[in-house]
Amino acid sequence: MAYSDKVLDHYNNPRNVGSLDKSDQNVGTGIVGAPECGDVMKLQIKVNDATGIIDEAKFKTFGCGSAIASSSLATEWLKGKTVDEAMAIKNTDIVNELSLPPVKIHCSVLAEDAIKAAINDYKAKGATRKPAAGVEA
Amino acid sequence: MKLPIYLDNHATTPLDPRVLEAMMPYFQDQFGNAASRNHAFGWVAEEAVETGRKQIASLIGANAKEIIFTSGATESTNLAIKGVADMYAERGNHIITAATEHKATLDTCKHLEKRGCRVTFLPVMQDGLVDLAMLREAITEKTILVSIMYANNEIGVIQPVAEIGKICKERGVLFHCDAVQAVGKVPVNVITDNIDLMSISGHKIYGPKGVGALYVRRRNPRVQLTAQIDGGGHERGMRSGTLNVPGIAGLGKACELARKEMAAESVRLAALRDRLKDKLMSALDETYINGSLEHRLPNNLNISFAYVEGESLLMGINDVAVSSGSACTSATLEPSYVLKALGAGDDLAHSSIRFGIGRFNTEEEIDYTADKVISVVKKLRELSPLYEMVKEGIDLTKVQWTGH
Repeated sequence: MAYSDKVLDHYNNPRNVGSLDKSDQNVGTGIVGAPECGDVMKLQIKVNDATGIIDEAKFKTFGCGSAIASSSLATEWLKGKTVDEAMAIKNTDIVNELSLPPVKIHCSVLAEDAIKAAINDYKAKGATRKPAAGVEA
Repeated sequence: MKLPIYLDNHATTPLDPRVLEAMMPYFQDQFGNAASRNHAFGWVAEEAVETGRKQIASLIGANAKEIIFTSGATESTNLAIKGVADMYAERGNHIITAATEHKATLDTCKHLEKRGCRVTFLPVMQDGLVDLAMLREAITEKTILVSIMYANNEIGVIQPVAEIGKICKERGVLFHCDAVQAVGKVPVNVITDNIDLMSISGHKIYGPKGVGALYVRRRNPRVQLTAQIDGGGHERGMRSGTLNVPGIAGLGKACELARKEMAAESVRLAALRDRLKDKLMSALDETYINGSLEHRLPNNLNISFAYVEGESLLMGINDVAVSSGSACTSATLEPSYVLKALGAGDDLAHSSIRFGIGRFNTEEEIDYTADKVISVVKKLRELSPLYEMVKEGIDLTKVQWTGH
């Protein structure tokens, strides 16, 4: 199977690999997929309470090259976006950017799921989060 | 050392130059039809075919008359199983095979199920071997055929073929053996192994693609088959169609080379395989060999690198040609059914790589491959959330996954 140059680039030079402290109140963590399905994505965001903007995004992915590329791309796109803007990222945007073939569309779906799971985790922490600078995300 | 390196010798093997040399005349001046009985062109072609038949027979302990030429092992297996099912339909309709067989066998059996046959797909034990007690129990009054492969194409596990043959003989059931991966790699003998029908492929033993053979026992018992291709009645009426003379000359030569060189070659290949295995397993934790190491082809290594997905690993070692049992590398998007049958869990199937070492691989290539795999696995584990979780002490089997 031939991979697009962008998939190869993300695979060879994955962006924002790593982990954030998942107990941090400003960090949202999304883990989607399952080992027996052959892909698991962990995607994390750190939101600045004052601005409501995603300052940091990190990922780790067990999966094929396209899954790695999809999550790497997602972290690039997340940084600098508000939570609402991030929520609007669609798997089709990832498909188009990476020129994913039909058999790899599920990788982009998983990335979208991971984004949403991370945001939902961040929002769920809102109840216990200390109000900062009067801005509620 | 030339890149890329070919380590996928279970899929196909390169043609041995000596085989090509043996084939060349029959593409050129000696182009005759082996069925032409009235002129020298035909006689020369027929002589080449009969030489090929003898060369194959002598590799497997058969008589030349027991060799039927086909287009490849898939056809051989189709002919063996369907041919027996049709010929012996009055005696019974039950066939026994195993879950880890090649698709040529499994799909043929499934086809026969639709035509009214009953098929038992035996599970295998964790090491990939068929349980002989289960086989004995599965045989009924209606059983006409047992089809079990000699060595598996994914995990290289060698079945207790001689014992299986003995059980079949005792019970008066025919035994077909898909020996595609074993012939020319390990000693195969249809007499001592009690095999009645056996599939052989040219391109797995440094011969050409598009040619194969079926061994059909002629005495004790005399096996009969219903032909699956109608036509001119070639090959004792079992397989019509003009013979592929250059292909047969090549298959014959490949068998002759295997007969002469197998003993030394298998020692060399096993040493290379063990070198690769030892390098990988000493450098990387959580690597698992799939299937029995003891009952195994000398040139096979099937290994799972836990927490790393197979296709992403192949992508990282793109100058080494190997294959993976990962779903992402299969047409069906299912992980390897062979590895699943071992019961090790789908996650290890997704993480598996099959190395198939061949006649033309060198120690230098093995070392290059080992280093490359080690560095890519390490890199991908840095990327793997599963590896991170395990290192944190999390039991992955207790995690609530959101499967999709």
